[in-house]
Amino acid sequence: MTALRPQVDGIPVPRPSLASVAYWEGCRRGELRYQRCAACEALQTNPVTRCWRCHRPDPEWVTATGRGTLYSWTVVWRPQHPAFEVPYAPAVVELDEGPRVLAAVVGCEPDELAEKMALEVTFHRVDDEITLPFFRPAEGVPNSRP
Amino acid sequence: MPHPFTGVAIAGVHNTVQARRLPGHDSRSIALEAALGALADAGVPASDVDGVVGEFAADQVLALGLGSAVRRPTALGIPAVLDAAALVATGQCEVVLVAAGGAGLYTDRSQTAPWTRPTNELVVGYGLFTAAEFALMARRHMVRHGTTPVQLATVAATIRNNGSAHPGAVYAGRGPFAPDDILASRMVADPFHLLDCSMTSEGGCAMVLTTAERAADGPTRPVHLLGGGSEAFGPAYTIAPSWDLGADRGEGTPAGYVGRGAARRAFAMAGLGPTDVDVLELYDPFSFEIIRQLEAFGFCDDGDGGPLVESGAIAPGGRHPVTTDGGTMSYSHAGISAQQLQRVIRGVEQLRGGCAGTQVAGAEVALCSNGGAGALFTDVLLLGRERP
Repeated sequence: MTALRPQVDGIPVPRPSLASVAYWEGCRRGELRYQRCAACEALQTNPVTRCWRCHRPDPEWVTATGRGTLYSWTVVWRPQHPAFEVPYAPAVVELDEGPRVLAAVVGCEPDELAEKMALEVTFHRVDDEITLPFFRPAEGVPNSRP
Repeated sequence: MPHPFTGVAIAGVHNTVQARRLPGHDSRSIALEAALGALADAGVPASDVDGVVGEFAADQVLALGLGSAVRRPTALGIPAVLDAAALVATGQCEVVLVAAGGAGLYTDRSQTAPWTRPTNELVVGYGLFTAAEFALMARRHMVRHGTTPVQLATVAATIRNNGSAHPGAVYAGRGPFAPDDILASRMVADPFHLLDCSMTSEGGCAMVLTTAERAADGPTRPVHLLGGGSEAFGPAYTIAPSWDLGADRGEGTPAGYVGRGAARRAFAMAGLGPTDVDVLELYDPFSFEIIRQLEAFGFCDDGDGGPLVESGAIAPGGRHPVTTDGGTMSYSHAGISAQQLQRVIRGVEQLRGGCAGTQVAGAEVALCSNGGAGALFTDVLLLGRERP
């Protein structure tokens, strides 16, 4: 087992909000969703009720391929909350479709983390309502090491 | 057109005792102590206060027996000072108090401090806290520009040494530090070691602003506001803190350089540039922030902040001495906003000229900052000895 692994037991659980219902529904189904404005095609990973660019209502939900690359990361050795076991690696992942999301990288060692490392989404259930997306090294894609 | 703050001055400042813990105090009580101290420093009776700005503004109108007064409880730190100055400049108030304090907030030590833990649904499940958020910004700069852990550690050692030499600092006498000492401390959120991070403490602080005329008759030398600016790229600790946020939407400056626009507006208001600044009271939640702010505010080119700090420029006697009281790493970090106002108070102290071993000789202009890239906001305030 690798040092970086998904942690879901006893963690602070996200509370869905007005705009994010479809996002969490997607996670429960194993789909990473983001929003795209049908009019101006602006993309959005932070759930919104109107497009940030043209302000039209109700941007549509689309399902990402779940593939992306590592944009930035940290390895935490002092846990924010006792439920988290160190080390864990919060990261910003740039989706292949363009927008960036925040998650944690799992399934590798801390010293394997490198810029532009190829990643793919993996889901882990927290409770009946919340399933969290994580990212792991993409299968079949050679990762360049620094 | 006259300078918007030509008729305003900072007439009094005060820091209470700062300590790891202040038994017998809560945030309200220590902020009230600070308020009384600042009024005494300004030589102004509480009954003359007609405006209060800051977290406890509403309480303090009542607690100080002001009868009725303007209260502005939402602005904190530099924005609180700018709002207070605007209240005086526009004639809405004659004497405005800005007070802050934190005590008794951090009790569950199994978790990081309460103000460091985001609760937003998109980040709460990943154990993020401020050190990790700022690390995500620092990492991006290190990848892009080759900024090194030693350069980060140089910042932390410099600021902690300033605090070590400041008798009022929580960590007074706790030094000296070399960069290797910083690198030898345990890792918190890579690339930040424990000593790259701000500490937590308790304390209060306050400031009194009034008309330039009234301040000129006060017991202490008035300090003037030469320019100010604020900017944010969105809510702090809610969305992914991406260096390129904003720029990728075609908005020019990336979030990694948040504060660049604020500094430009502050310098434009002052009619000054970075070479005119004698002392930089930069907000130091994490060591990397100093490197970033030096670049964002125009003290060096993008990517050159690491070599600049390694050259000794930010140390006492250097071209750009920073955070001369030890900042949030060594002076104090009481949590919500006191440490933000303390950057401005330290700027005032430097321009008054009484900082003993950490005084920047002949300081005429001070740049103070708040915020940081990991929080997606930065505020800038320029202070001067002369009336603008």
